[in-house]
Amino acid sequence: MKKIHIANGRIIDPANHIDQTGSLYIADGKILSVLNPIADFSADISIDATNNIICPGFIDLSVRLRDPGQTHKGTLQSETIAAASAGVTGLCLPPDTQPVIDTQAVTELINDKAKKANYSQVYLIAALTHQLAGKELSSMAALKQAGCVAVSNANAPFANLLVLRRAMEYASSYNLLVILHPEEPSLSNNGCTHEGFFSTRYGLPGIPEASESIAVAQYLELARLTGCRLHFSQISCKAAVIKIQQAKKYGLNITADVAIHQLHLTENDIEPFNSSYHVIPPFRTTKDLQRLREGLANGTINAICSAHQPHDLDAKLGAFPETEPGIASLETLLPLMLCLVEDNAITLSQGIACLSQNPASILGINSGTLTPGFNADVCIFNATLNWEVNQQNWKSAGLNTPYWGEVFKGRVTHTLQSGKIIYTLK
Amino acid sequence: MSNLQLTQEGHLKHFITIEGLSKEILTNILDTAESFIGISQQQVKKVPLLRGKTIVNLFFESSTRTRTTFELAASRLSADVISIDIKTSATSKGESLLDTIRNLEAMHVDIFVVRHAISGAGHFIAQNTAPHISVINAGDGQHAHPTQAMLDIFTIRQHKHEFSTLKVGIIGDILHSRVVRSQIQALNTLGVGEIRVVAPKTLLPSHVEQLGVRVFNNMEKGLDGLDVIIMVRLQKERMTSALLPSEREYFTCFGLTEERLKLAKADAIVMHPGPINRGVEIASSIADGPQSVILQQVSNGIAIRMAIMSLILQNKEDAV
Repeated sequence: MKKIHIANGRIIDPANHIDQTGSLYIADGKILSVLNPIADFSADISIDATNNIICPGFIDLSVRLRDPGQTHKGTLQSETIAAASAGVTGLCLPPDTQPVIDTQAVTELINDKAKKANYSQVYLIAALTHQLAGKELSSMAALKQAGCVAVSNANAPFANLLVLRRAMEYASSYNLLVILHPEEPSLSNNGCTHEGFFSTRYGLPGIPEASESIAVAQYLELARLTGCRLHFSQISCKAAVIKIQQAKKYGLNITADVAIHQLHLTENDIEPFNSSYHVIPPFRTTKDLQRLREGLANGTINAICSAHQPHDLDAKLGAFPETEPGIASLETLLPLMLCLVEDNAITLSQGIACLSQNPASILGINSGTLTPGFNADVCIFNATLNWEVNQQNWKSAGLNTPYWGEVFKGRVTHTLQSGKIIYTLK
Repeated sequence: MSNLQLTQEGHLKHFITIEGLSKEILTNILDTAESFIGISQQQVKKVPLLRGKTIVNLFFESSTRTRTTFELAASRLSADVISIDIKTSATSKGESLLDTIRNLEAMHVDIFVVRHAISGAGHFIAQNTAPHISVINAGDGQHAHPTQAMLDIFTIRQHKHEFSTLKVGIIGDILHSRVVRSQIQALNTLGVGEIRVVAPKTLLPSHVEQLGVRVFNNMEKGLDGLDVIIMVRLQKERMTSALLPSEREYFTCFGLTEERLKLAKADAIVMHPGPINRGVEIASSIADGPQSVILQQVSNGIAIRMAIMSLILQNKEDAV
């Protein structure tokens, strides 16, 4: 395999406490050396990273590829290309594909496709219950054997807490990470926005904060009871952050992530009835956003994910409550993270850690750092380059973003996955 | 939102919500309605204002009163009017909302009057329909019912001449009511002195006070000193969805009785957008009594809808 020399960049590798300008050397798909020059290194490819930042490739904990099953919204090919262009070298696919990821056959099918596409690495999250129906256990041992990195019920509910208890116990027998979206469906009651002034003003069915915080409280108790390794996916409210913070203090083996857009938008930002803002969990209040940012800064929240959900145009064309929730968010992940740094909510090193080292460690995979010997999963970006969110720059098949037409600062220039250049900014 | 409803010159293009409309626009609607009141009392109840115009009533949700008054309003202005009950036609065959609209706009319609069970439907249609078509919202989900609110305000103005000193109480199912949201916005825009909402907590939406109202969970306190009492209909399904224990308990605590009516001012008027649940939210003797203006609301509904249709189409003529 090719030898690559990435020169003159500001190398930031939070796992190794590196923030220094220099070179990165890659050979045979692995990191060979960081900063320390290698004698007689004759590079096949040289990348000049002057004025750019070199960091570990991003690991995104939640990316819907819509493939298999909903290829009118996006394909494994289109969405992994979008991921590569966003600096994402590894992404987790939730199990709610069609068919559901609950058999070895489906796992193999998707893995084969991902291998053929050969962009970002796709990590499969297997269904926690059979068909995500919330009633019977999935074949977790077999699914782990087939390469799934975690188990989850995606956004599907459980029949009752006993099923969840058993599922968590069973998963922990195989040391499988359980990823849960905290939501109590009876309290969400088919809502589509945060229950508050916005929902009242526009007569939209609301989802109270308690729908999430009650689920967090229940799942924390079950994690304590079962000893299972629990990760909260996409928390959105202050009360959830407080509960998770307390539980961590108590010593529970739990982690949490937040969707990037939850760190930037609140109910006040929703253009009335604009379905681009329809997302679950919904945009909440300024207080919630503030607490999420603090939680990220103090480590209560470990990771940032894109929660990428591409949709076809029809899915978003209708009266707000009837449209499908979700935002195509891979490509705005980096610039929105940089906005957090600009707002002094977190440091650049923290932001990069939340996108690489931390999600890798949650999943227990050997990635997310530039440590010599690791796969050369690398993202190079220009933190000051302006670009507009428009058809020309956009890679995802889903055009559903509230940021359409906006100009962002910060753009990925190169992405390398196991030493292969999977994206170069033209 | 307000931009969508107005032309570049600031005239009414669509009528989807009260929110974002100025006091001048609302007053103009009321004044125009005033001038139409006489027409319904003439021998020949027609003026040729909208001759040659086509108005289509699209009712995705059933209604008798609203639909009939829209039909009468259109025909008194000499427009051609067609009403389509979509529940039993196209969309039940799987046609999308937008396809239904596209098909109808190909028939050279001037105004769509739309009622839909989902909040934001009127807004969605206005955004996606051909630019020469105007949309009047006849009720969307729990969002807005602006023509009903305007006819209520019109009725209030007939009885109470000064808005700024008025105390208006809205009593009942505030949570699910699109009418109430529009009423509150209109009353606030017109500078009504005090607006109250009165209901048990299960029938009040979250942060309702931020709409600019005082909140009461006690009927007696809420009624005290009111000039205008607006009763809101209680749907039967509120009992089965655990919002209320029974109709009887609701009437005991929040029903408008002769006894309670005395707490309001002696000249208070009693309103109800209908249809009435006698003995559930209001005693029959009050609904039919001297302080009730309920039937007047209904006839005012025609004048208000005539006013809104004619203002919208007149603005369009001006634009050409």
